Amino acid sequence: MTSISTALPARDAPTGRVVFRHSLLVRVCHWINAGCFVVLLMSGLQIFNADPALTWGRATNFDHPFFSLSATENDNGDPTGGVTTVFRRRFNTTGFLGASVGEDGQLDERGFPSWATLPSYQDLAMGRRWHFFFAWILLFNGLVYFSYLARRHIRDLWPSRADIRAIPRAIVDHARLRFPRGDEALHYNVLQKLAYLSVVVAFPILILAGLTMSPAMDSAFPWLLALFGGRQAARAAHFLLATYLVVFVVVHLVMVVLSGPINNMRSMITGRYRIREIE
Amino acid sequence: MTGEGVVGSAGPRLSRRKLLIGLGVGAAAAPLAGCDAGSPAALKVLEKAEALTKAVQRALVPRTALAVEYPRSAITSYFKPNGSIDPEDPEYVALKQNNFADWKLEVGGLVDRPMKLSLADLRGLPSRSQITRHDCVEGWSCIGQWKGVQLSALLTAAGLKPQARYIAFFCADTLEETIDNTGRYYETIDRIDAFHPQTILAYEMNFAPLPVEHGAPLRLRVERQLGYKMAKYVMRIEAIDGFSGIARGRGGFWEDRGYEWYAGI
Repeated sequence: MTSISTALPARDAPTGRVVFRHSLLVRVCHWINAGCFVVLLMSGLQIFNADPALTWGRATNFDHPFFSLSATENDNGDPTGGVTTVFRRRFNTTGFLGASVGEDGQLDERGFPSWATLPSYQDLAMGRRWHFFFAWILLFNGLVYFSYLARRHIRDLWPSRADIRAIPRAIVDHARLRFPRGDEALHYNVLQKLAYLSVVVAFPILILAGLTMSPAMDSAFPWLLALFGGRQAARAAHFLLATYLVVFVVVHLVMVVLSGPINNMRSMITGRYRIREIE
Repeated sequence: MTGEGVVGSAGPRLSRRKLLIGLGVGAAAAPLAGCDAGSPAALKVLEKAEALTKAVQRALVPRTALAVEYPRSAITSYFKPNGSIDPEDPEYVALKQNNFADWKLEVGGLVDRPMKLSLADLRGLPSRSQITRHDCVEGWSCIGQWKGVQLSALLTAAGLKPQARYIAFFCADTLEETIDNTGRYYETIDRIDAFHPQTILAYEMNFAPLPVEHGAPLRLRVERQLGYKMAKYVMRIEAIDGFSGIARGRGGFWEDRGYEWYAGI
């Protein structure tokens, strides 16, 4: 399907033509992906809370994780504050990480707070049920994407030499919130290309890291362990890649809002996008 | 949503929009509201993933594929004990006081020749030693050495009947006090895992007798699944054709509490 080609006459639009930007399949895939991402992230944080620490290598280094969420306690064993430890440096994150207020209004020892996890209360078993169910949907969606869309998409995303040279200018333009108009808006700019390309690469690695945590998969595909440097390293990679995707989504949403939220949302829902002409 | 009235006005567009929202965000957000209440209908749907995971992993993973075995240098200095670490059940306490000299493993159920084996009997049988990674459902991993009798050898000696589909392991420890006595630990595995070469009943850990915190005198090792499948303090093994009649009917202590029966992931 053509994505950016036909200029449609814009109905009651004073400026700009409307182009058909996203095919139906792209839009369906996008929203399934978005929904799966929310569920997988929140259930993933629930699972992480069962052992809120990360180490590299094959086995867990209980003494010195490179990242951990914990709580300080008073003499009664009640949590008094939340502590985030990154490479042995401790940060007070009371109320958010390590210890946060639960439904009972009390400060509870909890890696990520209840508003960020699925279910909201501590329930590893249910977190796993949600995670694996939506992991399958994400996988099927990803198979559709890589079967029908990826080849063209990656070609569109691959930066040209001119793109690479234009990176500094693109950064300046984005910082000044000057977004492409006219014919330029018909193509991805270089920062978009690099951002979307990184996600296309990150998702499969994230899934592989998740599968490396499976003892059954490791028995059939021991190269998975070699790829990540051990099961615990794969767990860390899974978490860090998910963190990267969260950063991507935040930036993505900010850009959607800054560069015309209604126009952008319409293009991902109906496929139609209005080009702002150069005045 | 936001595109309303800007481009299309025709009906199909609206339904397409609905479809998109329904498939995407809606699929994620709608059940979110009900999930905290633990809606049984939502749970029933979510549980379907387990059968798919099991079927696909069983198809991808050869029956005899071995879990990675590590060199001696990889054994972790600390191996986290989890679940029961010192059972207080009177029967177990009495056995422990006598250093398990009176302990006997019962093998029964759908077998031709039920057996009772002492620790000395088990130690006299051919053994397998393996240094493997133990993956807890919580997320952590430890590496240790295990030595014991292959379950397949015991089942063959006992003469497993063809109608036996699962092997159940009944344990000495009560992990949760319950009125209906369903808090006693137990586990079930199918024939595929029961006959896997690395599935052993271990009486030795890290080249020493199995310590109490890790399940003395005997614990199960099912190396291609998560830690909760590997029952500790094993007292009785039973060949069964189904587990719906045991405890709460889901095939294990943690399975009865919502965890997957198939714990390969």
